[in-house]
Amino acid sequence: MQHRTIASILSIIPGLGQFYNKQWVKGLVFLGLGISFFVAFKDLLNMGFWGILTLGTEVPRDNSVFLMAQGIIAILVTVLGLIVYYLNFRDAYRNGQLRDKNMRLNTLKEQYHNLVEQGYPYVVSGPSILILVFAVIFPILFSIGVAFTNYDLYHSPPANLVDWVGFDTFAKIFTVDIWRSTFFDVLGWTVIWTLVATTLQVGIGILMAVIVNQKEIRFKRLFRTVLVLPWAVPGFVTILIFAGLFNDSFGAINNDVLAFFGIDPIPWMTNAAWSKLALIMMQGWLGFPYIFLVTTGVLQSIPDDLYEAATIDGASIFAKFRHITMPMILLAIAPIIITQYTFNFNNFNIIYLFNGGGPAMPGSTAGGTDILVSWIYKLTMQSSQYSLAAALTILLSVFVIAIALWQFRRTNSFKEE
Amino acid sequence: MVTDIKKNRFYRLFASYFILIFMMVIIIYPLLWTVGASFNPGNSLISTSIIPDKPTLNHYKELFAGKESLQYGQWYMNSIKISVLTMIGTVISVSFTAYAFSRFRFAGRKNGLILFLLLQMIPQFSALIALFVLAQILGLMNSHWLLIFLYIGGQIPMCTYLMKGYIDSIPMSLDESARIDGASNTRIFFQIIMPLSRPMIAVVAMNGFIIPLADFVLASTILRTPESYTLPIGLYNLVNDVMGASYTTFAAGAILISIPIALVFVLLQKNFVSGLTAGGTKG
Repeated sequence: MQHRTIASILSIIPGLGQFYNKQWVKGLVFLGLGISFFVAFKDLLNMGFWGILTLGTEVPRDNSVFLMAQGIIAILVTVLGLIVYYLNFRDAYRNGQLRDKNMRLNTLKEQYHNLVEQGYPYVVSGPSILILVFAVIFPILFSIGVAFTNYDLYHSPPANLVDWVGFDTFAKIFTVDIWRSTFFDVLGWTVIWTLVATTLQVGIGILMAVIVNQKEIRFKRLFRTVLVLPWAVPGFVTILIFAGLFNDSFGAINNDVLAFFGIDPIPWMTNAAWSKLALIMMQGWLGFPYIFLVTTGVLQSIPDDLYEAATIDGASIFAKFRHITMPMILLAIAPIIITQYTFNFNNFNIIYLFNGGGPAMPGSTAGGTDILVSWIYKLTMQSSQYSLAAALTILLSVFVIAIALWQFRRTNSFKEE
Repeated sequence: MVTDIKKNRFYRLFASYFILIFMMVIIIYPLLWTVGASFNPGNSLISTSIIPDKPTLNHYKELFAGKESLQYGQWYMNSIKISVLTMIGTVISVSFTAYAFSRFRFAGRKNGLILFLLLQMIPQFSALIALFVLAQILGLMNSHWLLIFLYIGGQIPMCTYLMKGYIDSIPMSLDESARIDGASNTRIFFQIIMPLSRPMIAVVAMNGFIIPLADFVLASTILRTPESYTLPIGLYNLVNDVMGASYTTFAAGAILISIPIALVFVLLQKNFVSGLTAGGTKG
């Protein structure tokens, strides 16, 4: 039999393959890792896998949520273990292969050097990956887990157990009448909001950049500085300011501006349609300066001779705009525009800080202007419908990922690799 | 013909200035209104005017009067602390990771990059339920450290991607000649890569500072006692506790946070935008 096969088979027990290849120190390290893995994590793995399968059987001994968290950690630890186990196999196989070809194996010193050289990227990026696993990946896995349980106010530890219910919650979103109608109402407004508000802010941004950038316009610095202000003031502050300005009873828009033009007060906060209009206008105000800044940069980089050539050919101002300016801008800032759309899709702050997603709608957990993210927030924080919120989160994430993937396939970032 | 062109030009400029002035009014009015409100006597805004009859500094004093539910100074310090620590943590972890992913070829590199790409698409929002439930159970409610940890984690995927793209554009030959001169990996990182990627570090640092400062969702999930609030939570509660009742005080608080930030943004806008577009087109 060939060395590589024997070494691989022996590696079922970590380290034996390396011993067979006469790499004693490396073998000891693998064996040590294997043993300490089981000694250290025996209880965690045992408890974790039992816990995540059953989510507890007895109240008050078992806390389902704890068990699920432990189970997920057990799974993560297992994955880590399997990776090391795989490396152990691969190492034994490679060195066995070298022996088959009658080649010299690395000495201990060379192995050490290799380890330091190849280990460097792992050492420097390791801490970040660890943070990522616990701050991002673990919570996401937990949320996915919750979506497949019946975790809500009535099934919540420590008084009650939580159970796995499979796709029930997802099914309910589409079958229970009140949930379905709320879901589609919210989704519909989320899509309209994203499209209209973003297009508005992008449109204003480009328009203002083109206007300010005209040769004959004076006081450019002044105009630019003022136009950038909405971007410079922290967003949460401006949203709260607008919440005051739009207030039905004491807001300046009703009392001063509209009164000045002799228009009756408008119920900005208490009528859903007016709230939506106010939100879209506010987002235009808040979002355009960023596009304005980026577009200004692009405009300044368009060479003058393009325009001169066009003028000689007798092109009008609008022809120049349509055939030179616009294509240049769109080409340069397309990725930024797309990120603006995804940003607004998840733009929680403006919806929630303005009037809490209100006005409240009778018989619905979502308010009149709630978008998906703010509805999920309310379901979690106010009505404790954790499983519903988690299921909606998954639907939302799938939606966002689909769009983002479509975007990334169109840009070149994958081809670069 | 010539008069026609002149006429057109006049209309175009007239329309341009008209739109510009209109926009300036729309932008400045709310800001000025807030400034006015912060100097207005009394709490209600019904009688508020941009130029108050009897301007007062009372609302500014009230911010620091040390009331139980209004600990503006404390919130300010909390926000600054969280933002600065997040910024430092993000810059350190992101630049090392980006260096590793840009300059070294190692097993798992490609999968790691795909993981970053995927994670940057999933809004950190999706972890909300887990954070809410687990922070409660683990007794980490009101913990600023947990919040900082979460913010850093949330920044890593996207910022690493941006930073990696930037480091990719620094020629490898610089590293190689340094290596021939006997420089170690870490030395190359500190003496060549870091100084050359300063614009992108500025962007990452800026993100690290601004995102915690503007975040409402995570902070409101974890911070529940007034002395642990950050500014967004504190000011939001100030406005909403008794709707309108303390709006003028809020206005004063809003101004004290907006002015320093707006100044920094206006002064640094060039660096900020050029860095972002460089990163953005790189993907």
